[in-house]
Formats: sequence, C-alpha cells, structure tokens
Amino acid sequence: MDTQIDPTVGMNAAPEVAIEITGLQKWYGEFHVLRDINLTVARGERIVICGPSGGGKSTLLRCINRLEDWQEGRVVVDGIELTDDPKQIVAVRRDVGMVFQQFNLFPHLTVLENCTLAPIWVRRMPRKDAEDLAMRYLTRVKIPEQAQKYPGRLSGGQQQRVAIARALCMNPKIMLFDEPTSALDPEMVKEVLDTMVALAGDGITMLVVTHEMGFARQVADRIIFMADGQIVEINAPQDFFDHPRHERTRQFLQQILK
Amino acid sequence: MVMAAEKVFVRSTFAEPLPAPVTRRGVIGWLRENLFSSPLNIALTILCLAFIAWALPPLLRFFVFDAIWSGSDREVCIAAPDNPEPGACWAYIRAWLSFFTYGFYPIPQRWRVDLFFTTLAFGIGWLAWLAAPRRDLGAIYCFIVLPILSYILLSGAPVIGLIAVPTSLWGGVLVTIVVASVGMVVSLPLGILLALGRRSKIPVVKLFAVAFIEFVRGVPLITVLFMASVMLPLFVPERFAPDKLLRALIGVAMFASAYMAEVVRGGLASVPRGQYEAAQALGLSFWRMTTLVILPQALRVTLPNIVNTFIALFKDTSLVFIVGIFDFLRTIEAARVDPRWITPNTSVTGYAFAAAFYFLCCYGMSRYARNVEARLARAHRR
Repeated sequence: MDTQIDPTVGMNAAPEVAIEITGLQKWYGEFHVLRDINLTVARGERIVICGPSGGGKSTLLRCINRLEDWQEGRVVVDGIELTDDPKQIVAVRRDVGMVFQQFNLFPHLTVLENCTLAPIWVRRMPRKDAEDLAMRYLTRVKIPEQAQKYPGRLSGGQQQRVAIARALCMNPKIMLFDEPTSALDPEMVKEVLDTMVALAGDGITMLVVTHEMGFARQVADRIIFMADGQIVEINAPQDFFDHPRHERTRQFLQQILK
Repeated sequence: MVMAAEKVFVRSTFAEPLPAPVTRRGVIGWLRENLFSSPLNIALTILCLAFIAWALPPLLRFFVFDAIWSGSDREVCIAAPDNPEPGACWAYIRAWLSFFTYGFYPIPQRWRVDLFFTTLAFGIGWLAWLAAPRRDLGAIYCFIVLPILSYILLSGAPVIGLIAVPTSLWGGVLVTIVVASVGMVVSLPLGILLALGRRSKIPVVKLFAVAFIEFVRGVPLITVLFMASVMLPLFVPERFAPDKLLRALIGVAMFASAYMAEVVRGGLASVPRGQYEAAQALGLSFWRMTTLVILPQALRVTLPNIVNTFIALFKDTSLVFIVGIFDFLRTIEAARVDPRWITPNTSVTGYAFAAAFYFLCCYGMSRYARNVEARLARAHRR
C-alpha cells in the first residue's frame, strides 16, 4: 500500500507540525471541561490519550476537527487555524479522518457507498476511481467481500473496520480514533486493534483515545494522561507504565492494570 | 443425591431439528394463534362473526344482488310491482360518470384530461416502483416536468393549438386529482425546507419557519381556504388576482406543507447525532450532509407519516367546494338532485360511490406505504 499523504499536495511546503493546540479552554455551560490545554503533535507521531471517563479526552479529540467549539485558545491543524469560518473547518475536516466509538456508518448506504461518499462529493473523484480506492482500503482492512452489504448486516468489529476504511478513503493526513474498541464485544477488539497497528506502521499521524493499554505500549510514541479536563502527564510509553511521574497517573494505572 | 456421580456430560450425538407439532403450524396453527388463543379472543371471534353475519347480507343485497346496473332514467330504479325493493341505482352513476370525471370540461377537449391522467399514472408508477430504472429522472419528471406539462395540457395554450379551458369548467375527479397532486408535489419539498428551517441556527430563517408552521397549523383548513380565496384578491389588483382554483391550490398547498414540515421534523430528530458528526467529520457541507445522509434516513422513518399526511390531504380536497370549486364530491352533490334520476336510493348510491372512490385511493396509498416500509426495514436494518 502506498503512502496516505495526498501526492498532489507539496510535501515540502507542509509544516513538520501536524497539530498545535495552545491555551485551549472550553466550558459546557458552567462546567470547565477543557482547562488550558497545550499540545504540539509532530507529523507522523502516534499519540494515545487515556484517563478516567469524564476527563475531557473525547472532547479534546473532537476539537481537532471542530466537532466541538471552544471559548478560548487556538487550534492549528496542518497549518490551518480553526476559526468560525466554515471554509477553514471543511478544509481541516477533509484531511482529518475520524473513527467513532459507535462506528456511525450510514445505514442506508452499502459498505462500498459509505466509503465512496466523501471522495465523490467532497474530493470530486470520478465514481470509478472512488470505488477502486474504496476496494483497496476494504481489502486492507480485510473485508472486501462485504462491500455490497449494508452495515446492519455486519458484526461490530467489521463495522468498525469499515469505518476505518471510510476515513482512510479521504487520504487523511491525521487520523482521530475516539474509543474505537469500547463498543465492541471482547472477541472483536483484536481485529480492530490489529488494523490500527498496521495503520500505525504507515507513518500517518494518529491520535487515539483508548483504554487498550497493550495497544498504547506497542504503538504510541507518547502517551497523554488526562484527568479533570487537563493534561496531567505526557510521557513515553516505557516511562509512562514503568515510572509514572504524577500521583494521579499512578493511581489510574493501578486501577486499570490490576 | 443419586446424580452426584454424573458431574460430567459430553454429548455424543446431536439433536436434529424436528417439524413443529401439527397444532402449531398450517391452518390449524394459524387459527389457534390468531382467533382462539384465549377465552377473550374466542368470545371476540364469535362476536365478530356474528356481526358479519348480521351486517353483510343486507349490504350485499342492496349494493350487488338487488342493484340496478343499467337503464336510461329513474324509472328503472323506482319500486315497482315486479321489483318491490330496488337496491342501489348504479345506472345513475353510469349515466353521470363522465360528469363525475370531467365536470364541465368541454367534451371535444376531454382527451386532454385523459392524457393528463395517463401521464400522471406513468409518473406515479415510475416513482412507486422501487426497482424502476433512473428513478432520479422519475423524480424530476414528477416534480418539475409533469406540473408544467399538466398546466399547459389542462388550461390550454392557444399558441400550440390547445384551446384555453378556464378552470371554472374543470370539475369532478379531475379537480380532486389536480388539487391533491399539487398539494403533494408542493408540500413535500416545501415541508422539508420548512422542517430544516425550523432546526436552523439562523434566527431569521427559524423565526419564519416557526411562524408559518404554527400559524397555518393553528387554523382550520376551511379558514385557510376562505382566506386564500377572499383575502388574496384584496391584496392584488383585480386584473392580477389568481383564479379561483389557483387560490384554493395555494391554500391547500400551504396547509399541507405546514403539516408535512412537522412530520419531516420528527424524522430529522430521529436521526442519531452520530450520523451528523460522521458526515461532518468526512468534510461534507451542510447541504451535502442533509441530502445524502440525513434526509434519506429521516424520510424513510417518516414514510408512514408522510403517506398519512397525503391521505389526509386527499380527503381534505373535498373541502374546496366551500369556495365554489366543483370537485368530485361536489359533482355528486349536484347530480344527486337531477330530476331525471331522483329516487329514494339515488343519494345513497352517489355517496356510496364517492366513499368507494376515496377509500380505494386512500387504502391503495396506505398499502403501498406499508409494503415499502416492510421492504426497507428488511433491506437495511440498522
């Protein structure tokens, strides 16, 4: 499989920084859900975000493609600053793929149509090319034979792999995974994680919110621990698991690694 | 315990599936399941059978066996020594049938109405048959080509040799179908736009949509019709005042759109938020997201309700007589008092005919909607 980065875009002109978040603050009504988040993600970096639920992990992830807005701070994705301008937002979303906990496949479209929808309507790709591309990625996630079925006929693990293929069909530079295995039956977690591990080998920038610590240890360049809406610790996987620096991180790891 | 020794069990042969007992399948199974499953059900079954036995024979006698099917005037339908209890006077329906269908539409021009019915049936067939080729073209045909074509065909265009026929001459089934189909063709797109408007984040759009929907829904159709036919001419100079039928059409279309908007809104609300988010995350614009992802799902969920609205609309068309339009029911009203056909059974027959017409149309729509619903449910389960 060739590289995910759109060859038409001049690689040299692109900055080495994929995502830059500075002083991000967000409130849900009175509730301060993101508190002074500062984070720079380099191109090709693989980041795992973990932490107790309600800590703002998903919210942070969803700010990166502006599914959530915020009150203060800046988010710059691939050199484009996210503002209220719909043009900027769409420009970022074209290059940022997202995989959701609940898959969110379009139930009225076949697997193939799910994958070709955005390439055809957003990238203006001819249908034939879009279908070839979709079949390539469906083969990659190992379900080409399901292309003509509707998502409702597939198992959870298969649906999530389709969702990954659907996101990849836009040739994104960055992939966001929002608890991709949390809604799956235990026996299907592995097939999805394997797909993600394979993807990590391609050098695509990945941000993954997950509780799968094995995946984090295997794949992550850095692990971010979030609690109470703030980043508590950023560390390399080895140190994160073996020598966590912050007390909260230690408590969290004790709870989930028992 | 004696069984204590048998702690381990390993199956050596597998049980094959057996056919269900005779009382659980076939006709007997169906009867047991549906008609005689409990004492209450048995009582209800017997009660219903008794009611049918009491009501059905006289109805059949009146409308079928004793009915008069042909004749040239009232004489055949009147009680006579050889026919002391005459049934329904279908001969009268036959005599007036073309009036019921065309109203006062000039007889030499009636082929135009027939052609309209044919093109309409073709369009409906194209859209209703789910496996039909190029249904996108079918939609364009039904929602754009057909209305223009029908307008030219029915009201005439002297330029191409079609004599102008003023709408005051239109009547009967023609008017009922025209009012109903204009109502449907306008109300679906307009209702979708109003529903989207009501969910819009732009205050002006939202305010307009809410005001329109709530105002029209808060007023009876008769009032809307009166307003359309009496108030509209007050605002425009006499010369430009739209004709009577057009005014009624505007009233009906407005009314149906408001109801359709609420129906569609329900469907939009039923689409999970994740669908919006997935579409947005892929970079789809608002209109692409709406037309490609949200509406197809919303409309599928609301299909039964959309058809309900269509059925209500179809029946409501009979109210246009109040502003002096000769719809199907009004033609029956008018012909009912024709002295050449006046008999004790004429009115009953006329109204029975009207009821049968409305029932067939509405029941047809309802059955079709159920079929489509069942098919879609099978095809793409969530």
